[in-house]
Amino acid sequence: MSEGLLRLHSLGEAALVCELPAPATLAQQQRIWALAAEAMQWRGVQEVLPGMNNLSLLFDPVQIDVVELEMQVLSAWPQLAAAGIQGRQIEIPVAYGGESGPDLAEVARHTGLSPAEVVKRHSAGDYVVYLLGFLPGFAFMGGLAPELATPRRKEPRVAVPARSVGIGGEQTGIYPLVSPGGWQLIGRTSLEMFDPGAAEPTRLRPGDRVRFVVESMEA
Amino acid sequence: MAASAGLTILRPGMLASVQDLGRPGHRQLGICPGGALDTLALTIANRLAGNPDGAAGLELTMGGCEIRFEVPTRIALAGDDFGATLDGVPLWPCWSLPVAAGQVLKLAGANRSALKAGLRTWLAVAGGIEVPLVLGSRSTDLKAGFGGHQGRALKKGDKLALGPPALDGQQMARRPFGVRAPDPGRGGDGATVLRVMPGPEFEQFTIASREALWGGSWRLTPQSNRMGSRLEGFELRRRRAVDMLSSGVIPGTIQVPPSGQPIILMGDAQTTGGYPRIGVVIRADLWKLAQAPLNGRLRLQQVDSAQALAAWDERRRYLSQVAQGLVCAGWIVPAQNPPQGERSDAD
Repeated sequence: MSEGLLRLHSLGEAALVCELPAPATLAQQQRIWALAAEAMQWRGVQEVLPGMNNLSLLFDPVQIDVVELEMQVLSAWPQLAAAGIQGRQIEIPVAYGGESGPDLAEVARHTGLSPAEVVKRHSAGDYVVYLLGFLPGFAFMGGLAPELATPRRKEPRVAVPARSVGIGGEQTGIYPLVSPGGWQLIGRTSLEMFDPGAAEPTRLRPGDRVRFVVESMEA
Repeated sequence: MAASAGLTILRPGMLASVQDLGRPGHRQLGICPGGALDTLALTIANRLAGNPDGAAGLELTMGGCEIRFEVPTRIALAGDDFGATLDGVPLWPCWSLPVAAGQVLKLAGANRSALKAGLRTWLAVAGGIEVPLVLGSRSTDLKAGFGGHQGRALKKGDKLALGPPALDGQQMARRPFGVRAPDPGRGGDGATVLRVMPGPEFEQFTIASREALWGGSWRLTPQSNRMGSRLEGFELRRRRAVDMLSSGVIPGTIQVPPSGQPIILMGDAQTTGGYPRIGVVIRADLWKLAQAPLNGRLRLQQVDSAQALAAWDERRRYLSQVAQGLVCAGWIVPAQNPPQGERSDAD
């Protein structure tokens, strides 16, 4: 792990982006989470927002000067353990194919695998939540088997049903809510992914480890 | 919730929703801060209605709306007035006035005030709009469908309850009075001038693009909404189109999608994005954008962090003048219960 490579950029007068060079790796992302946890303890830091390979710190410039914050980041960074946070293990039951996963056939065609094989490999994966974004509780996950990568649909859907499980490029994820979306839908879970009234409004958090469990499958 | 109705929406206009100062603090779960797009306007309207700054009000878009008050109360409008009348009598933005049960507030359509066109209006009512707090806020998250009134935009016939007002009977009935409205400082050509700090990817853009960002004139297109204000003008290009990984975005972030036409993210924008961020509108100028008329001109002016902080101080100074003025005039300034996070203007 090279040390001096964390780059800092202002995002307006009240946010600081800390960015690592590509490619994103789990080890780098774990240090991002560790920095996020540390920075939340600092005076003037109001919110931390992990991205893919980067972290935005939202701060109150009245309480802390941006230069002081930059120095704090740069002095904390080399001391952060790469081990990072221990994510929880979460199982997501999925009904694959059929009406729940209308693009399963398209993913099979693109990958040259049978639909059953796509399901087998997707549900065999060990996924990690890198960050939440796009929608409340929408998890960007790493760990998709490379052979399952499938480009987004040319025509995005106007309304992807809530709880749909999809593949978009080299990523897989779950739509927590009805939303427009271009990912290939291969299944659907029965679990609510977002409940604004709950103490923990999102089922997934950055750092969680996810497994998809086959609940049913229709070719 | 069977609370008695304080007001009824007779006509919502293009988009009406319940908003307060937003729900910061949950971005890492993908939850946007939302809230009134012009927190300055909502704050002033609330103070004039005898409310704490963080009380929920209504955000109204492009006039064309009618609201009937079912109880005697006190209201204030801020933002564009769209030729507002109360039972046919004109009223002004940044005025505090008593309302009798049964009176109807009407905002004309956008064309009626084309000469000094704006986009949005904020209405505060004594006691605030009473809807459940969700994740610390009463704001409507229209995209995710929660908060506000049933998690959605207001419809004809919706009845909204009001919270307990801080005003006594005498204060409630007091003659109308007002404060100086903040000045959007539009240039001689009517263009809205927004001060902008260069964003994290600014240097990746071609010199021509960087010059055009500051030197060009931009049109605010009608495709704009609470998620983003879409601009049209010079096609902004990067020297090399390198792929970007998802990274944090905040209201005011100017993203440049492959079309080269910038989008300034607003309160309901997603929390992370994958487009280069050429600039960020400073916090003190976001309210001007929330009020800038569709198809109107915008100019972007480069500033640094020190200038951005000075502009925020100026805003705090204005709000503190408003508070002092109200106290001198014998008006109440309720104890603040500022929302957590960066959007509070309480001094």
